[in-house]
Amino acid sequence: MPQISLRDALLHAALIGGVVLVTFPVYMAFVASTHLLDQSLSGLPLLPGSRLIENYTQVLFRGLRNYGLPPIGPMLMNSIIVALAITVGKIAVSILSAFAIVYFRFPFRMLAFWLIFATLMLPVEVRILPTYEIVANLGLLNSYTGLSLPLIASATATFLFRQVFMTVPDELMEAARVDGAGPLRFLWSILIPMSRTNIAALFVVTFVYGWNQYLWPLLVTKDTGYYTVIMGIQRMARASDFEPQWHLVMATVILALLPPLIVVGVMQRQFVKGLFDTDK
Amino acid sequence: MQDKRVIFPGLLVPLLLLAPQLAITFVFFVWPGLQSIRSSLFEQDAFGLAEQFVGAANFARILSDPAYLSSFWITIIFAAGTTALSMSIALVLAVLADRAVKGASTYKLLITLPYAVAPAIAGVLWWFLFNPTIGVLPRLLAPFGVVWNHFLNGQQALILVIIASAWKQISYNFLFYLAGLQTIPRGVLEAAEIDGADGFARFRLIVLPLLMPTTFFLSVINLVYAFCDTFAVIHATTSGGPGSATTTLVYKVFRDGFETLDLGGSAAQSVVLLVIVGALTVAQFRYIERNIHY
Repeated sequence: MPQISLRDALLHAALIGGVVLVTFPVYMAFVASTHLLDQSLSGLPLLPGSRLIENYTQVLFRGLRNYGLPPIGPMLMNSIIVALAITVGKIAVSILSAFAIVYFRFPFRMLAFWLIFATLMLPVEVRILPTYEIVANLGLLNSYTGLSLPLIASATATFLFRQVFMTVPDELMEAARVDGAGPLRFLWSILIPMSRTNIAALFVVTFVYGWNQYLWPLLVTKDTGYYTVIMGIQRMARASDFEPQWHLVMATVILALLPPLIVVGVMQRQFVKGLFDTDK
Repeated sequence: MQDKRVIFPGLLVPLLLLAPQLAITFVFFVWPGLQSIRSSLFEQDAFGLAEQFVGAANFARILSDPAYLSSFWITIIFAAGTTALSMSIALVLAVLADRAVKGASTYKLLITLPYAVAPAIAGVLWWFLFNPTIGVLPRLLAPFGVVWNHFLNGQQALILVIIASAWKQISYNFLFYLAGLQTIPRGVLEAAEIDGADGFARFRLIVLPLLMPTTFFLSVINLVYAFCDTFAVIHATTSGGPGSATTTLVYKVFRDGFETLDLGGSAAQSVVLLVIVGALTVAQFRYIERNIHY
């Protein structure tokens, strides 16, 4: 039936157009990262060049020494440490507080709930200066703790686990109590295993969130030894007084993109679940 | 709030369980939030050594400052532009990818991937594509008589940060629109088709109204994103310039606080932002409470 195939052909064409639109910037970054600077200055070719290995080894291990910029390798390591600390911390802290709110009665329970809710209304962007002062006063500038600790409080993750726990049948808890299991035993042996798909979903979304942090690391790190790779890109693009070293900036961009891209690509199903879990 | 019928006894255990979350929330969120409110009512010297209570003077000052009001308008254009651009592209892509077509899942995966891109990187990518000397896009625009230079032309700089911010958010909007489309009963669409409604009429009269809840939800999320998260897009590319053409409210808080050292003014601006973001968050949650039952 030619009509149907025409319709399909148009649909494919439109979808390919959409895919090109959303992937083109990343493709061009990759192309630029495989050429020399003078080639990109005289009009960048549309196909990858031959400088892949040279450019990437330079940013990974040598950096831009003329501009006082360290190699990217250690920054990638910092980003991994900080992103994992934020992810694990956020999940742990949220599970504990959701468990307390759902399975216990205590005074000020609602107050605690609203206090946690308040974090949603106070993104770092609206409290930049005083938060910086607190982190400075606590002596946490230029430290992994300073980079990760303030970001692990989370209302959305707490609400998510609260919802999950609410759906757990009461009989399970009654049975656990009859068997003599205390609250922590119940949490560890029953609730956490039952929530593992939610934990995996939250892991993907939070890892991307932690990896992509920009304003916070910018504020709390002056020592290049604690730079994360996302803020390193900005430093690199600004290092030169003239045109940035585009081929090296783009090599760094590609390296900084890969870890979250791989996590989202490989854990696609958990990622989509995590997105819907945390935003409703 | 719903409650469990059976609970564990004890007081110390739940308080210990809550302690880490509450401590972090208080020290890094609530306390700095209160500090912002307090500083907004005081006049401080640049070194933070002396301060004087001035009441609402800081607010009066910023609200009559042409630079602040211009930043307000820039933010509105920027937020509306980013939200509208990103959501409309995402809606079109979602409608297309929702059709039963071979390879639909591959298309979906590829359109989803930019979610992983940091806002700062999104900015740098488009900054590079639009670079007046080496970028691909100025070369493509030249035959149409467009001279692109976002270093000199404020309007072009604003367009640049809008495109970069919208692009980063397409994946997110796409996934939510895709989920929204899947809740539309096929029977309704088939009935309309039998009644002779063509593709565009079905989209306009059935799909679009039924997607309204998703559209509302995404508008709020995208506005919060445009108000806050896009700081990285702007800081990594235009730095608020040229002049103050891309200085959004968040960027101005940062610049006045860290560079100009106008502490009271910066704090007052923080409080205004806090009110805007707070109102958006409450709107979002009221909406969710009404629409999602669990």
